[in-house]
Amino acid sequence: MAIVFRQETFRDDFTYRNSPGNIRRFPFPFDRDEYMYSVNMEPHVHGQAGTVYESLIDVDEHYVAEMHDRALVLKEDPLRYQALPHMMAAQWDTLELLMEEQAAGYPEHFTLIRNSDRWRWINRPLGIDDTFTFGDASTLSCEPFEYITRQAQGDFCIVDQRNDNLWMDAGMVTTQADWSLDFDIGMNFMEWHGPVPLAHQIGVFDRALKFLLNLQLGKPTRRFNWTMTINPRLDTSPENYHKWGPDRTTVTSDNVGEKVHLRVELQSLWRLPRSNAILFVIRCYLISMNELVTVPKWARRLHRVLKTLPSELVDYKGLTRYRDNTITWLSKHDDGAPTSPGIFPD
Amino acid sequence: MSAGGLAIAVQVSRIDTVAANIKRLRLVRPDGKPLPVFSAGAHVIVTMDDDGHRRRNPYSLMSAPHDTSGYDISVLRVAESRGGSAFLHEKLREGDALTISHPVNLFHADKRGRKHILLAGGIGITPFLAMMAEFDRANVAFELHYAMRSRAHGAYWQELVERYGAHRVKLYFSAENDVLPVASLLHNQPLGTHAYVCGPDRMTDFVLRTARECGWPKSNVHSERFLAPISGKAFDAELLRSGIVVRVGDHESILEAVEAAGIDAPYMCRGGACGQCETAVIACNGVLAHHDVYLSEEEKASGRKVMICVSRFDGTKLSLDL
Amino acid sequence: MLVEGIKSRPVYGGIAIDPCARRHIFALEGEGALALLDQKPALTETMLSRSEVLYVAAGSKGLDHDLALAALKTDRFWQGPTIETLLFRLRGSLSAATMSTRLYISGREGFIGQCMQVATDMGMDFSSIPTEHRGSLARRVQCVHCKGITDDVRTSPFKCSHCGLDLLVRDHYSRRLGAFQGVNIDAEEPGTAPQAEELFA
Repeated sequence: MAIVFRQETFRDDFTYRNSPGNIRRFPFPFDRDEYMYSVNMEPHVHGQAGTVYESLIDVDEHYVAEMHDRALVLKEDPLRYQALPHMMAAQWDTLELLMEEQAAGYPEHFTLIRNSDRWRWINRPLGIDDTFTFGDASTLSCEPFEYITRQAQGDFCIVDQRNDNLWMDAGMVTTQADWSLDFDIGMNFMEWHGPVPLAHQIGVFDRALKFLLNLQLGKPTRRFNWTMTINPRLDTSPENYHKWGPDRTTVTSDNVGEKVHLRVELQSLWRLPRSNAILFVIRCYLISMNELVTVPKWARRLHRVLKTLPSELVDYKGLTRYRDNTITWLSKHDDGAPTSPGIFPD
Repeated sequence: MSAGGLAIAVQVSRIDTVAANIKRLRLVRPDGKPLPVFSAGAHVIVTMDDDGHRRRNPYSLMSAPHDTSGYDISVLRVAESRGGSAFLHEKLREGDALTISHPVNLFHADKRGRKHILLAGGIGITPFLAMMAEFDRANVAFELHYAMRSRAHGAYWQELVERYGAHRVKLYFSAENDVLPVASLLHNQPLGTHAYVCGPDRMTDFVLRTARECGWPKSNVHSERFLAPISGKAFDAELLRSGIVVRVGDHESILEAVEAAGIDAPYMCRGGACGQCETAVIACNGVLAHHDVYLSEEEKASGRKVMICVSRFDGTKLSLDL
Repeated sequence: MLVEGIKSRPVYGGIAIDPCARRHIFALEGEGALALLDQKPALTETMLSRSEVLYVAAGSKGLDHDLALAALKTDRFWQGPTIETLLFRLRGSLSAATMSTRLYISGREGFIGQCMQVATDMGMDFSSIPTEHRGSLARRVQCVHCKGITDDVRTSPFKCSHCGLDLLVRDHYSRRLGAFQGVNIDAEEPGTAPQAEELFA
């Protein structure tokens, strides 16, 4: 069924909303009533229709608006896209993967026609119909990784594998939760996770690295990460912190419902065939508290998670100023009833 | 799905004898569909059915990585073969079916390298065949230095000289008293050069040591060792989680014995390199013979972990967390 | 002492001389001279005859480290007036270097970071370059907002020398930029920046 793409904004007047159907498919990240870091990885395999796992590269009603927002961010700051020179093979790997997955999942919107290395790519929602030579970057309007990630939801990082570590050597990062590609590019796995509190001490990153070094072709994996954002703003970059930071002071007990958003990252990780690199897809989903509490199980659980969150994480995730207001607001939607296991609505 | 990854059914479309004791197999999909592209240096695990006895060996992919019509591998008939290479040499016929894993790469080139020096010994040439195809296609500077016993024992050397030229392919035949001059080769290489070695253990050790003595930093020297499981005395291993005891035969690895008992243990390289089959040792009354290159010396000495694809045991009781 | 536990900060493990290297290049700044001079008793004729010392006195002017370094009688001794001139000279030395050349860097953190940038640009892997921190703990910081780099930052917060925002110095270091990250401290409520505290003297 064709998706109806919304006309909406992630800045200024913030007209972003989820349709009732899209709320039901929101990837709620908490499978229990409290939260702590873990190596929460599972195979990235197809899930049921009506969930974000239906296609392995998810496209939803926000696609066109998100791509427009990405173009605006890049116009202001081209450094949000960067790739070190040795990553060209991985760029083509990524282009192939995203075109194949989008065309397979949404044939009414995307078509890929491969004729040896002469490829034709049709992207109907964005009005693109291009023919190019796979492997020859001069036949595209920009580098292959930039070309395809201007047409795919989520942030993307490609990490090179060498010397038993993973190195963040390319990225398209415009919808990030407060980290800078320009600063972190070239870092290894431990370095770019450096600022994350608590997780290093309990060995989460050592185990995750070991696991990812052995990630196999054809067996992608996924995990959740989350934070909260005031207003449905995609570009919460450190670069623009002085522009969006003041939003955090605007939360009152009356406007939590529309201002405060749960921001979920569905991260999927894919071994790439030609380059042996790994593609990190960091797909961001936003839901306002008003929308979230239409699912009673999620309202109860988020209330409990926020109440028991360790203070280091409250700080790191930038929730300090508005956590109390949010908990009070959510408490009206938590009757204390037990919640069912798993993440899906009852 | 097996613990070692998604399996691909293939058919042997062609077998050629390319040197004394070396055969080349061409593997294609029976339905004619393309195989996955891979990165140079990758290998696959070949699973063969030898009269009801399942055997699994790793082989480097030597065909060009972008050629998806089929994969080529080379099989050296190992004198002390535990069965795998003997089966592929003597029983396998064109048209026969085999199963392979998806390609796994534990020996990739450093793509930042400004120049690559490849040092091959004997059958160790195979991963370099794919690497050279990739370097050549991307116009990256490389040299191959290839040591063989004799012209009759060495594979592919003639076609390599023809394809890449004598300035990039240097040959050394020990039967003709040619010695690969590792030290003089490594002196005076420009910054950003990477060296790779694949060959017999003694050659690998020698190259690593010489590179060190020439002042090369570790980060720029790469090696691949595939350790065939070593034979030894048969022993019993108790698998605590499964609640059974398996007999590990003298020509069998613990992993093979566990699989034969129907238990799906994780594995990837089957050569002691990748770490995937790391298994906790719960009780050990005897001596573990570690043959892997994955565990650190401290981990080996601790006796608490074992890589069941290549390592063995000598003693009265071994209990594993499996 | 440097703050421990910053995962992204390089480990400055000391510049022990690698006896296998065929050529040694020492890039030294200020008190970094002492990292080499302290090893004087162990330096052999052969090592010295294979060594090239590049030195900038910076804050240690007048302490005569340059005379002590010159007295080592290494194969080459070069002294420059500024870090910038040293970086230019280092690039020249490395362009003729081989895989058997070892580079050693010692001085303040900002100096180490800038030499490291030149070396990696010339094809060296950072892990092959021994480094030793000597001298002040002042940091080189990049403003994440305007991308301008400020050298010799001793306090946090500090005013970005380019865009004027008050920046908190985060314990997050980029080897590629050779700098720590500075983030606006009063972004949420402009005008509430706390007093600058001298943290990196």
